[in-house]
Order: sequence, then C-alpha cells, then structure tokens
Amino acid sequence: MTGSATTAIAGTNKRKVGVWKKNQRALAPWIFLAPGIAMFALYVIYPIIASMWLSFYDWDGLGTKTWLGLQNYIELADDEAFYTSLKNNIIWLALYMLAVPAGLFIALFLNQTVTGIRIYKSLFFFPFVISQVVVGLIFSWFYAPNFGLFYNLIEWITGTGVAVLADDRYVTYGIIVAGLWPQIAYCMILYLTGLNNVAPDQVEAARLDGAKGWKMLWHVILPQLRPATFIAVVVTVIGALRSFDLVSIMTDGGPYGSSRVLSFYMYEQALSEYGYRMGYGAAIAVILFAIMMIFISGFIWKMIRDERGV
Amino acid sequence: MFPIAIEKTSPSIQFLYKLALPVALILWLLPLLGVAMTSLKPSSDLAAGNYFGLPSYLAFSNYADVFNNSPIGSYILNSFKVTIPTVIGAVAISCLSGFALAVYRFRMNLVLFFLFVAGNFVPFQILMVPVRDLTVSTGLYNTITGLALFHIAFQSGFCTLFMRNFIKGLPFELIESARVEGVSEFRIFWYIVVPLMRPAIAALSVLIFTFIWNDYFWATVLTTSAETQPVTAGLYSLNGQWIAQWQLVSAGSIIAAMPPVLMFFLMQKHFIAGLTLGATKG
Amino acid sequence: MKLSLTSTLLGSAALALVATQAMAEQRTLKYYADFDPAPLAAFEAVIADFEAANPDIDVVLQNFDHEGYKTSIRNFLTADSPDLANWYAGNRMAPFVNSGQFQDVSDVWADNNLGETLASAKGSMTIDGKQWGIPYTYYQWGIYYNKNVYKQVGVEVPTTWAQFIDNCAKFKEAGIDCLTTGTKALWPGAGIFDYMNLRTNGYDFHMELTAGKVAWTDDRVKNTFAEWAKLVEPGYLTANHAALEWQDAATLLVQGKAANYVMGNFAVAVFKDGGMTNDTLGFMTFPEITPGIPRGEEAPTDTVHITAGAKNVPDAKKFLAYLAQADVQTKVNEALGQLPINNQAKVGDDPFLQAGFEMLSTADGGIAQFFDRDAPAEMAKIGMEGFQEFMVKPENVDKILERLEKARGRIYK
Repeated sequence: MTGSATTAIAGTNKRKVGVWKKNQRALAPWIFLAPGIAMFALYVIYPIIASMWLSFYDWDGLGTKTWLGLQNYIELADDEAFYTSLKNNIIWLALYMLAVPAGLFIALFLNQTVTGIRIYKSLFFFPFVISQVVVGLIFSWFYAPNFGLFYNLIEWITGTGVAVLADDRYVTYGIIVAGLWPQIAYCMILYLTGLNNVAPDQVEAARLDGAKGWKMLWHVILPQLRPATFIAVVVTVIGALRSFDLVSIMTDGGPYGSSRVLSFYMYEQALSEYGYRMGYGAAIAVILFAIMMIFISGFIWKMIRDERGV
Repeated sequence: MFPIAIEKTSPSIQFLYKLALPVALILWLLPLLGVAMTSLKPSSDLAAGNYFGLPSYLAFSNYADVFNNSPIGSYILNSFKVTIPTVIGAVAISCLSGFALAVYRFRMNLVLFFLFVAGNFVPFQILMVPVRDLTVSTGLYNTITGLALFHIAFQSGFCTLFMRNFIKGLPFELIESARVEGVSEFRIFWYIVVPLMRPAIAALSVLIFTFIWNDYFWATVLTTSAETQPVTAGLYSLNGQWIAQWQLVSAGSIIAAMPPVLMFFLMQKHFIAGLTLGATKG
Repeated sequence: MKLSLTSTLLGSAALALVATQAMAEQRTLKYYADFDPAPLAAFEAVIADFEAANPDIDVVLQNFDHEGYKTSIRNFLTADSPDLANWYAGNRMAPFVNSGQFQDVSDVWADNNLGETLASAKGSMTIDGKQWGIPYTYYQWGIYYNKNVYKQVGVEVPTTWAQFIDNCAKFKEAGIDCLTTGTKALWPGAGIFDYMNLRTNGYDFHMELTAGKVAWTDDRVKNTFAEWAKLVEPGYLTANHAALEWQDAATLLVQGKAANYVMGNFAVAVFKDGGMTNDTLGFMTFPEITPGIPRGEEAPTDTVHITAGAKNVPDAKKFLAYLAQADVQTKVNEALGQLPINNQAKVGDDPFLQAGFEMLSTADGGIAQFFDRDAPAEMAKIGMEGFQEFMVKPENVDKILERLEKARGRIYK
C-alpha cells in the first residue's frame, strides 16, 4: 500500500540532476530547521546572553546603561529580600515534590475499571487545565479572612481563624498548596498512563510469589513506572522554579515581601511600579537560571545516555 | 493490574470504593465548587453573610454583569487571537524541525536537539528584559502579534522535542524506500511523514492551546491595554476592580476557564496522549 | 453576479474612502487613565463636554485598574505611548520627567495664567523651573470615623493622641477595632506613618526624611515608631490587615466593626455606598501628638501629563488648558468629591470637602503629598513594606529601621 504510494509520488518527480540533487540530504535538514532555529535564536538564545550581559549594568530601562561590573551581584549577596526569595524557592522545590507521590497515590486510587471511572479521571485532572490565574483567585477566595472556606474551617476547629495570606509564617505554604493542586493532577495523569503500560503478567507472577501492597508497589510497579516518575519529577522541578503566577495573583509577594520567590523578585525589580532596575533584575534572573541549569544539565545528561542506549 | 482489580474484592470493599470515589472527588474539587457556587449568588447573599449556604436564588445575572460591564468579551477574543496563531505557528515550525532532527544524521543534530530541549526549560525571567526590548524596538509591544511571535518561538522548543520523538517512532523504512524511489526530501516530508503525524499534530495542538491560553506572565510583560490583553491578564486587572465582589470575580474566573476546559473535554484523548507522549518518550 | 460583486466592492471602497476622510477631520487624543468607578464617570462627563466644545477632537479614554496602572505606565510610556496619561505630582513624577517621558507644558501654564490660578500646586508640578503637567484635583487625608460606634461605646471624639489611645482601650473592650486599615496594596499603611511622623516630628522633618537627608535610625524616627507602637502593640489595629484591600477595611468601618480609619477623602464614596450618611460618618483631623508643632497635613495631588511620545500635542495641550479652567475643575471635583486646585473654582458643599478645605487652608506646618510621592519610588516600596511589617510585628522595629537606613544609603546618591 505505502509502497505503491511512494512509487506514484516518485513517478511525478522528474529526475533533475544537479547540485541540489547531489547534496539534497545534507542541505535538506538545514532548510527544515531554518525557521525553528531563527525563531529560537532570536527569542530564546539571544535573550539569555543579553540578560547575562545586562546583569553587569545599571539600567532603568529608560536612560543610558552604566557599566557596574560585579556590583549587582555584590549587592545581591547582601540583600535580605534576595535571601527570602531564595529560601522560599527552596521551600517550593521541596514541598512541590509532594505532587509526585500524591499524584501516584491518586492514580492508584483511580486505576480501576468500574463504571464512570473515565469521568472521574478527567474530573480529577480538571485543576491542571485551568489557568494559574484562576487557581490563584480560587484559593484567594478559599483563604480569605472572615469568609473564606479555609478560614472558617480553621476557626471552627481551633476557635480562631488564620488569615493564611497575611501571615508571614504560613503565606508561602498557602501558595504552595494552591500550586500543588494542579501539579498533583498533572502527576496523576502521568502515572495513570504509566499504569496502563505496566505488564500484567509480571504483576501476576509477583502476586503468585506472594508480593502485595507496599512490597509489590516498591519492587514491581515503581520500577516499571520509572519513565513516568522521571518526567513527573522534571515537570515538578520546573514548575516549582517557575512559580510566578500564583505569587503575583495571590499576594504580590506580601505581606512585606515574605512570599517572594526569585522569579517574582526579579520581575518586581525590573518591571514593577517601584522597580525598573533592569540590571539588578537581570542578575537575579541569572542566578535563577544557574539554579535551573543544574536540573537542565541532569535532564540532558540522562537524555544523552538514553539516546546512546537506543 | 495494580492495585488488585476492585471486581475481585469483597462486595463490602467494592461498595466502599464506589462510595469513596464521589466523596474524594468532591473534596478534591471543593475550592472550585465553592467558587462555582459563589458565582451564582446574588450580591445580597454575600452582603448578608451567606457565604456557604446555597444561593437564595440562582443569579445568572452575575455572568451577564461580567459580560456587560467589563471588557471580558474582548479579553476572551484576544486570547483566541493569540492562541490560535501560536498553535498553528509552533506546530508548523516544529513539524519541520522535528522532522529534520529525527530523520537526518548530521554532526550538529544532537547539539541542536539538546539546545531546543534546554531552551524549553529555562526560567522565563532570564528572557524577560531582552524579549521586552526586542518587542518594543520592533514596534510590536502591546500588540497581539508581538505576544504570539514570542509564544511561537518559545513553544517551538517543546514542540520540536515532541515531534522529533514522535517521528523517531515512525517506521524509518518508509522513508528509506521512498528515497530509493528517488522521491525528493520535501515530498517525503509532505506526502509521507505529515499524514502519519496527524495524531501528534492533534495532540500537540490541544496541549499548546491550553498552555498559551493559560499564560499569564508574558501577557503582563508584553501587553498593557484592554484591547490587547488576553483573559488571564485581564482577569487579574478586573480582580483589582471587583474588590469584595466575589460573585463577579468567581463568574469571571469560570468564564476564563471555560475554553481550555471545553477543549480538554472534547479532545481528551488527544490531550492525554499529548502529555504522555512527551512524557514516556522523553 | 460578477457584476454585482464588483459594484459592491466598489461601493464599499467608496464608503471606506468617505470614512477615512471623516477620520482625517476628526483628530483623536489617546488618553490612558486609572480611575475608580466614580471618578471614571466624572471624567467621562468632562470628556463629553470637551468633545462638545471641540467637535473635531475625539478623546479615546482607556481606563486601567488603579493598582495595575502604576506598573503599566512604565511600559506604555516607553513603548506604546498615548497622548495623555494620568499620574501624580511631586517626586512621583520625577523619574518620568528626568528620563524625558513627560513633555514640558510650561507654555500651557504661561498662556493660561495658570501660575496664578493653580498657584498652590505650582511647586509640586515644577522640576528644573518648568511645569510638567496639569493638576486637576487634590484631597485631604485624615481620620474617618463611625459616629454610631462612638456613641455605642460612649467616648468623645479625641483631640490629642493620649485621648485617642484611651478611646482605643474602650473600643477594644467592646470588641471593636479602634483603627482599621487594609495594607494589601501597601500604601494605606503609609498614610498612617505619614501622620504619625508629621504629628511627632513635624512637617519639615518629614520632608527631610522622605528626601533622604535624615537617617531612618535617627532617634526622632524612633520616637515616631514608639508613638505608633502604642496603637499596634495592644492590638488596636485590625488583625489581618495585610490580607485586606482598603475597600475591605472600609466595609469594617461601615459595619461598625471598626471605629476609625486613616484614609483619603476618596473613601467617602465607598462609605456612603455601604450605607453611611453624613449623620453616621464623621471626619477629624489627625490628633496632636507632640504639643505645639505646626500642623502639617497630607493632600496628594492628581495630575494629567502629555507624554514624550504623544502624536497629537496641540490637541493634548488644548485638553490640559481645558482641564485647568475654574468651571471645569468645579464640575469635575464636585463629581469626584474632591477639592479643585484652581483657586477660582468652587469647593463643593459636601461637609467632608468643606471640612477638608478648612483643615488644609489652616495647616500652618505645610502640606505633604504622600509617602510614595514624596519619597523616590524604590524607597517608597521598601518603606511601605517596613510599615506593613511594623504593624504586624512591632517588635521588629529596629531591624526594619536598619533595613530602611541601608536602602537610603543606596537609593539617594
């Protein structure tokens, strides 16, 4: 079938001999790649380099740039707000990882074949489809002092309500919970698909050997879910480091800057009402980029290994 | 199958499971249900302190209010105007580059591939200032084109990764035999590979649609006015105007969430295929 | 069929031609603003009047949400400039003037004798001897209170800080917040700080502090915070104010859950929307703290500017001149519920406006703009975060002041 199709196409193709014909295979990939490379270089590669360069300048976005050398970085090293942001980023990273086991747990819970389970699966996945802006607004309402669902729940249990978003002790955790909601859904769907591919005969064989529960999960199921776990970890790390939307929507970094994360602090310094220190902002972005590079390199390294393995 | 199929367990456990499903779902979606209910409450209910009870009547007028008294209609339209060209552009570009990286062996292949992959993961903030300057200097600041162009470029990273892996999974013999027949590379791409990529194109389109629709950061960096802002940024600014009017904030949120939710339910198979294709082959 | 199609095309082309000609005669003025709902209606009326007087000008107003605008303005000024933009007087406009984003409008001032009619605001509109915009309104700050709550608890309206604090104890006993505020957007807290400092150290010191000439760790600043602590430490302030918008706090005052609110006069519209009337809403001058210091007050001025990227400068100047007229300022401020700058304009009969006008015209200390207009933007941000933190954790005062001092060292060069 396909063979005859190719013959037909070949038939319409006049045999031209020339430079193009000879070098077709060497040139074609570059022609195919040209639009992608051009766009990517302009909007991704060049800006990364430009940001690094800018981080050595003082620039308000309006006037002229002044060379500062390492001054921005030296100032960062002594900037309390920077350390608050960094600390919050680490909390984000650590707690966001809960999305992976939580997603696995829900996936296991839903991995059945009762009637209507498909609807349940898609409804559980719901939070991931919604914009983070909407998630942020939903949770702001949930936490709102005096009338929020959560506030009242705590008041009912302990006698005094907690205004999560106004309290520097809880605010970051409150935002992370909002972020976990869609992230757990994401991990869940990855695991549900992973579970579909788990070899039933291996499970049965293990069952005959007397494995069940935790032992089965740990020794038989999880190894087979490794690709799903890997990608779940990757998207969760990226999600945690990119956490900007929720902070911006829910608290604007407050109260008194205690829920800032690096991505938000950068935006605040570079583009917000009171900011416009482009160079300083760029320096923060470079630090964030360096942190991300640790994970990106790990990811690439694994991919290279897989490529070689194939 | 793991855990044990529920049909093989005792009837009482089966019963418990079927009971637990809706309970868990309601708990899981509690914040969303609360907001959905709030969106249908008349403002008098909120003023009277009826935050959790059922609405005293269903105030669909909140939705009408949101549409009539705010530019949400134009925000939604802007979102479509940004999202649809981005989907088309990013998918088209990545079909080309994914094909190139999957089919040809050349020295830079892996390097380029990893560049696309890595670019896909960088924090947006490192791109922010230069991309903004670039957009300003080309006169595309605060235009839908400027926003869409950036999205196309950035998404082409993820899409290329996706397409390349998908094409790698196709039977290479097809291409080989066509080459033996002397079919040109472009014809191979267009007549042989593209038709086979349909499921990947569908899956990727649905995914990118959701990603772009939900983008908030770039919308705030590259657009400022109601004529150009997509609904995410618009909703944030409306939230600043609707203080203490949670029935409007809720209704606006639900409206803004509708298109990607509908997209997801209509194209569920493609959506999940897309997510996991990127996943399992990554 | 084909013929009719061509004729339709021709017809619509002709129509388009007519339309463009009409457009050419009608010049547009693009105006970006950040009005709340009530002021927006007031300004739409002004614009309609202006368009009626100048039928060839079409003013296209694009309204932003108030907080979002403060971020957007930087972006649109450099990238997608309107002809006119709202902003604020004093130091707040300095960055845009210094970077050349606003146009010099001294000629509008000279041609329309504004140096005389807008004399009170000339100083705050002048940088390098030139004027950079037109002020159209200002409004007093002070304490708004719920008269019913005062009656219910049985206390008198205070004139000194000691009395105010005494009252607070009684309000607390009755389960009422003595002073409410909502600092989610940070600036409402700065209003409280400004008055604490104006009353403790006086106007001149306050100006030196916001101009970066005094250390934040100075003993006099510490005195201000010590007085402020009398309010914060016993818990007389609304808890969770950091999660509230200023409108949320206004609701508390309306509902009688709070007694006093340090706010600007624009809040009166919100109080009255909530059901308060001239009989239940009271206004007082912020009470005296250090006896004998000349009384300084706070009255921010709102302004309109022509941007450097404006495409239609002549008409923009026409609009500014129009907005400076006495009758226009009378009308717009009546609708805004605020005070006109033009000294030939009439102040509305509203008792709060009258009280504010009286209070401001007798202020012998001086009139401050507002913390975030008197101090440079970056200092304002760090300062207001510090004020918010202090009102939650007064024990951190030393740490906060050291942080502000460090910022002062960097920001004022």
